[in-house]
Amino acid sequence: MIANFGYGVLVITFLVTLYSVFAAIYGDRRQIPAMVESARRAMLLTWPLLTLTAGALIYLLINDHYEVQFVYEVTSRSMPTYLKITAWWGGQAGSLLFWSWLMSAFASLVTLRKWDRDREFLPWVIVVACVTMAFFIGMNVFFENPFAQFYQTFDGVKSYNLKPANSILFTPENGQGLNPLLRHPGMIIHPPMLYLGFVSFVIPYAFAIAALITGRTDDRWIRLTRRWTLWAWLFLSFGLVLGGRWAYDVLGWGGYWGWDPVEIAAFMPWLTGTAFLHSVMIQEKRGMLKQWNMILIILTYDLVIFGTFLTRSGVLSSVHAFAQSAIGPLFFAFIGFTLISSIALIIYRWGSLKSETEMTSLLSREALFLLNNLLFMSILVVCFWGVIFPLISELFSGQKVTVGPPFYERATSPLFATLMMLMGIAPLSAWGRSTVKTLGRAIWKPIVGAVVVTAVLFATYTQKIGALIGFFLVALVIFVTIYEYWRGAYARQRSQGENIFTAFWNLTGRDRRRYGGYIIHISMMLMAIGIIGIETFQVETQGTLGQGETISLRNYELTYREIAQWDDLPSGVNYRRAVLDVYEDGEYLGQLAPRIDYYYDSQQNMTIPGQRSTMRDDLYVLLVDWEPATAAGATFKIYVNPLVNWLWLGSLLFLAGIIIAAWPEKERERAAFKAEARVQQQTSAAD
Amino acid sequence: MRINKFVIGGVLILGAVVFLIWTATAASAEYFLTIDELNAKGPEMVDENLRVSGAVIGDSIQYDPQSLTLSFEVAHVPADNLAIETEGGLAEVLHQAVLDPSRARMKVVYVGPKPDLLRNEAQAIMTGHLGADGIFYADELLLKCPTRYEEAVPEQAG
Repeated sequence: MIANFGYGVLVITFLVTLYSVFAAIYGDRRQIPAMVESARRAMLLTWPLLTLTAGALIYLLINDHYEVQFVYEVTSRSMPTYLKITAWWGGQAGSLLFWSWLMSAFASLVTLRKWDRDREFLPWVIVVACVTMAFFIGMNVFFENPFAQFYQTFDGVKSYNLKPANSILFTPENGQGLNPLLRHPGMIIHPPMLYLGFVSFVIPYAFAIAALITGRTDDRWIRLTRRWTLWAWLFLSFGLVLGGRWAYDVLGWGGYWGWDPVEIAAFMPWLTGTAFLHSVMIQEKRGMLKQWNMILIILTYDLVIFGTFLTRSGVLSSVHAFAQSAIGPLFFAFIGFTLISSIALIIYRWGSLKSETEMTSLLSREALFLLNNLLFMSILVVCFWGVIFPLISELFSGQKVTVGPPFYERATSPLFATLMMLMGIAPLSAWGRSTVKTLGRAIWKPIVGAVVVTAVLFATYTQKIGALIGFFLVALVIFVTIYEYWRGAYARQRSQGENIFTAFWNLTGRDRRRYGGYIIHISMMLMAIGIIGIETFQVETQGTLGQGETISLRNYELTYREIAQWDDLPSGVNYRRAVLDVYEDGEYLGQLAPRIDYYYDSQQNMTIPGQRSTMRDDLYVLLVDWEPATAAGATFKIYVNPLVNWLWLGSLLFLAGIIIAAWPEKERERAAFKAEARVQQQTSAAD
Repeated sequence: MRINKFVIGGVLILGAVVFLIWTATAASAEYFLTIDELNAKGPEMVDENLRVSGAVIGDSIQYDPQSLTLSFEVAHVPADNLAIETEGGLAEVLHQAVLDPSRARMKVVYVGPKPDLLRNEAQAIMTGHLGADGIFYADELLLKCPTRYEEAVPEQAG
């Protein structure tokens, strides 16, 4: 009953999005504002409708309705309620619905803004948003129905959208349960964050397409969507970091990023999105790179669709196992359709997207931003090459050849290093024109600082050349950024007579995007410290210990104390938990308790590391094996991951940076709006 | 004159990226083979970077926690997706591969923690090299159990 209701509402929503598309186009072509308004209201309706659908699905999930195939696949009786709710995005059909639901929320938000000045964009924003939604909802309606139910017919039990003739409903006693690897707090918020990032990039894309269709190709669309883009970027970045944290805590291999195709699929739109964030500034300030910005946002949009497909279909997680449903070809068709029609629009408007000024100096701010863009695109090309290389090699040599993590590490690390260097230089260069001399005058102090830091590290911490280069660049960027901050605050202090702290505060408040951006740069450097640390200094050991025996790694000694095993029957989990005493240079630090959790419903182990985290390093202990029958001892694998905590610290600062950059600046925008309106009035009066 | 300076810069960057991709690909390319293909090529593949997929035979799994040495056998599964689909999907293909004693099998040795997903009829994707003794020495193990989860998170070890 509830399932049929949910499916019915889903079908209605699908029709509403289609109506919205046609009404918007018709209203715009025939100049009927009422029609466009009707399309707008239809789009506004999608969110309540999908919320109703989602409510139906959540009801089924919570109440163990295993006759619904999706509920059967992702939940089981032993799961707590909050996990049953989050199982919504634990499988393909549900996560597609989740995607549409988030998208509809954003689409509704967009329709609610004031459209007075930008009426001509409205129909086309509706068209893009609703075509995208119609595609995803259509996937659910026709191929991946989360409400499909099991029916018993003469041919056996199968799932159907609607009750077939001569059949009875079939209700399994219990569900299969969510993969235990996904029952982790990081995994509960990681997909929503990633999806929020994905869907919010649809909005700037919609405005870009609206600008192309209407021919209003000035930077208005960029100004309108600036904050959308920042929020999109925030969610996407945070989603990626959470994914890394999840891998570190749950997958038990001492790492956070494995260059898995699925990870890369989420990383690629981040790369183009980051390039886009930078290059729109050049368009705003200098009227350049308009064509390029269009290309970037289109690429980001299609990589988002591609990423949604890859992260959910499992096409690439194993090169052998393709998605068994029909949605693969349709996704590619949709990507092809949007890409080709968008590119066609750019070509059509190519002339009006010409730069207003010409780039002259290689060291000017805009040239360095362009270089930054090229580097991001280069990393994208490397990633894309890695993902499609097996297909290419098979096409040309008949032999499937793949590339693994070493490929990505080798090919991207020089590019990342160059990006860091650029982060050090670019903030000091001027718009329009810079020379080696002016840059040199600004940068010599930070360089001296960075050299000193590197020398100290060489003497006291490490002699590894790769790590030293990395640390030098980190120090350079941090010094340059602080120097820039200090120069601004100092100037303010002198001119406004503020004390230095007020000056800092006001400085940041006055140009949030710039100084928020600087905070993001610093946070990236903190993250870089963590990455350099774990990549170059990680050490590991392993061993089987009897009770009271000790194993040592670096300065740490670990003594195996005891092990316990017990069943937690309500949740269907068997725990094996070992306890170790941790000493550092003989000094007692505390205990660590690595675990193996065995899930009865899915017959699967989950290895939970014991971690001791400091800013200097992480001690990361895995219980590898313990059989009560042999009782000879327990086997542990131990890692010391230096500096990795800086990665998580950096991501927190990163969050702060984006929030500063994206915080609404109501007052000034209204003032700017008034000023602009006045100018318009004057010019029209002059006509 | 102005144009040239940017064009030269662009060409330099492009060249650098192509060079990076080229050398990195050459250094880390792994041949993706089925067990039948590997047997057919034989000794010429010894010590190459390989990536091989097969169906795990549950009875053969042995683990020595003292040395963390894991060994098991895998049976040949076809790599062609169309073939897998026509044979009834990955789960069915893996099931048949394990049941069929005439299938080519290969012994695999891996040192490290025993992956949680390693069990009978799982699909193992192993990265490593073939020893002259015919044993596959894996540096990395990726496991997938298609019967259980539609999206099975690949587990990474090594």
